[in-house]
Amino acid sequence: MFWCASCGGCEESILDLSEHLFTLREKAEIVFWPMAMDTKYDAVKALPDKDLTVTLINGAIRNNEQVEIVRMLREKSKIIVAHGSCAHQGGVIGLANFFSSSALLDRAYKDMPTITDPGDVPSNTSKLNGTRLELPAMRRSIVPLNKVISVDYYLPGCPPSPELVKDALFAVLSNDLPELGTVFGETKALCHTCPRLSSKPEKLKLTTFKRLHEVEWDANTCFLTQGLVCLGPATRGGCAARCIGANMPCRGCFGPLDTDADQGLNALSMLAALLEDTTPEGLDRGIKSIPDAPGLLYRFGLAASILGGRFQGGK
Amino acid sequence: MTEFLSTNRFEPSIIGFLCHWCAYECADAVGRSRSQYPANLHIVRVMCSGRVAPHFIMNAFKEGADGVIVMGCPMDSCHYRSGNAQALKRMTLLRSLLPAFGIDTERLQFAWVGAGDTKEFIHRISSMVGALRALGPVGRRAVP
Repeated sequence: MFWCASCGGCEESILDLSEHLFTLREKAEIVFWPMAMDTKYDAVKALPDKDLTVTLINGAIRNNEQVEIVRMLREKSKIIVAHGSCAHQGGVIGLANFFSSSALLDRAYKDMPTITDPGDVPSNTSKLNGTRLELPAMRRSIVPLNKVISVDYYLPGCPPSPELVKDALFAVLSNDLPELGTVFGETKALCHTCPRLSSKPEKLKLTTFKRLHEVEWDANTCFLTQGLVCLGPATRGGCAARCIGANMPCRGCFGPLDTDADQGLNALSMLAALLEDTTPEGLDRGIKSIPDAPGLLYRFGLAASILGGRFQGGK
Repeated sequence: MTEFLSTNRFEPSIIGFLCHWCAYECADAVGRSRSQYPANLHIVRVMCSGRVAPHFIMNAFKEGADGVIVMGCPMDSCHYRSGNAQALKRMTLLRSLLPAFGIDTERLQFAWVGAGDTKEFIHRISSMVGALRALGPVGRRAVP
């Protein structure tokens, strides 16, 4: 198990296996898990190629060190599983692609309102007592794992549900594997398994979308019917509708369906189709009522989208 | 052509998605009437402007288009009743997203022209080419 640019939630999803962790421990030896064990990179490097049965990698690729380690793990592992939204689609981390890396560093080290003594933006090399120190270089943009190494399976979700992780791990250990490249989860959109599906009318028309704090929303009615943005129609099912169950609309962490190349654009088409008023003013009102449309539509999928992020260098 | 060679100015490349029933027919009518419009437009015929998924447009920008124009039938005369209205909604929302991608909103336009609206067709294409010449080439994705 290894983590790249991630929050640690996916590592938690392993701990959430709870009693199944013991079964896992009986069936397999855990060799490398920086968060929980003290195995050195060199010890893994010394292993013969394809020695590890399966390696779960979570997090997006943001710096050169991560590239080096995941390439090494690819050589040492029979199966690589992209674990969680960030490894699968770039995830929330991938939203950084809406900005240039220099703008991000300036924001973090100079422009934040809480910074009272803006210093230099740290560079990846520095000198200390005559010794040159080097930090891993930040890449110009964030990419999902499969842009750097070949990935055998994907575990979607932010984080993936313990059930999904358990099923995937035991499928690997019992050698009962689906076709290469499979994304664990459903092949249909979340709506198909949504407990509120029956409350969705045949035809749905809205003039504006509402934000969660603006209404008291019903716990049993389809969110879209209530005018609340829900990305269920453009998102892979298989999450057991955890957010819906907690009375929160879908934000799309399971990524696009197999048939779709860009989850954000599919969600965009879906939301646009719901708008009823096509007069310029009506359309403007409808579109402005979607809060932070780019961030909302691409919350988890920007780095894996068609454009992958912001164009730079043009006028 | 001599003008193009002598001035060496920036020539934007524009992808146009034109509906079969009105817009493409209109482009044809422009040709039949021996009228002229800038050669910057590269036409892709689609059956209806409603068929144009936002994916097509983002792919065009990814592949280096400086601008994209979606043209369909005038409102209320869509051959498929409401395809152009769907396109209008989708393209307006997509347009609002473009600045986040570092793409000027001028680079995505839509126009609704009747099959005989040759003047409007020429006007829209010429003015878009002019606007894009002023804007310059589109940026590029930073290669990771």
